[in-house]
Amino acid sequence: MSEQIITRSEILPIRTQIDLVHVRQRVRTWLSEERFTLIDQTKIVTAASELARNALEHGGGGEMEMSLLAVGARKGIRLKFSDQGPGIADVAMALRDGYTTAGGMGLGLSGSRRLMSEFDIQSSPGSGTVVTVTRWK
Amino acid sequence: MERIPILRIGSLLLVTIQVDLYDDLALQLQDDLSTRIAELGATGVLIDISALEIVDSFIGRTLANIAAIARVLDAETVVVGMQPAVAITLVELGMSLPGIRTALNVDLGMEYLRQAATGGNGVGTDHYAE
Repeated sequence: MSEQIITRSEILPIRTQIDLVHVRQRVRTWLSEERFTLIDQTKIVTAASELARNALEHGGGGEMEMSLLAVGARKGIRLKFSDQGPGIADVAMALRDGYTTAGGMGLGLSGSRRLMSEFDIQSSPGSGTVVTVTRWK
Repeated sequence: MERIPILRIGSLLLVTIQVDLYDDLALQLQDDLSTRIAELGATGVLIDISALEIVDSFIGRTLANIAAIARVLDAETVVVGMQPAVAITLVELGMSLPGIRTALNVDLGMEYLRQAATGGNGVGTDHYAE
């Protein structure tokens, strides 16, 4: 049984709309360098865009930490989005398709969960939100 | 502020998105297109997204809004050139873009808009090509 190790890590700010573009570009660059398939790249970058926008719009900004994981020969990418916003009172409700408080489509959380292999959300009112997603190659 | 150029070809408007589409730029495009449709009495709008590497829910919603506004202004919208990986991702995300007419490429999109403008049904209505 191989241990999971982090081979590469980087933190990007999420403060402006332009930061969202940088997040998308940076994730894309990594995935391309690590030879993820085009479809995987597109799914992961799209999920990153959704979650970064959530951190910006609902959390008032925050950051994304991206890490390249290796378990034996297997590689994966983990993206962790943190904000210090108002948090989410009802996480189960927020994960439903179509649930929105900002007038969007309500697909940010539920959609990005479908696009990634693993999805974790930690949030409570007043303490901000941390969403961690992973996709294995 | 940066703007995405809108080209006019007869009664059609043509937009090719070749930059990273941040949210305000997408909303600016929506406003600019709405204005131009009304000013010019355009009958159709073609949006080429072949250079877009992702369409997330915000961009998808903006495209849907553009199509809806154009429809109210009596113009048809067709979105062309979506990359297959983008299409797969959009559907998995949960957005199948209902209400948006799509075509594989610019030629097919233009053909559709010209037929829509002349009220043709696509059978033998090739007079627009002359």
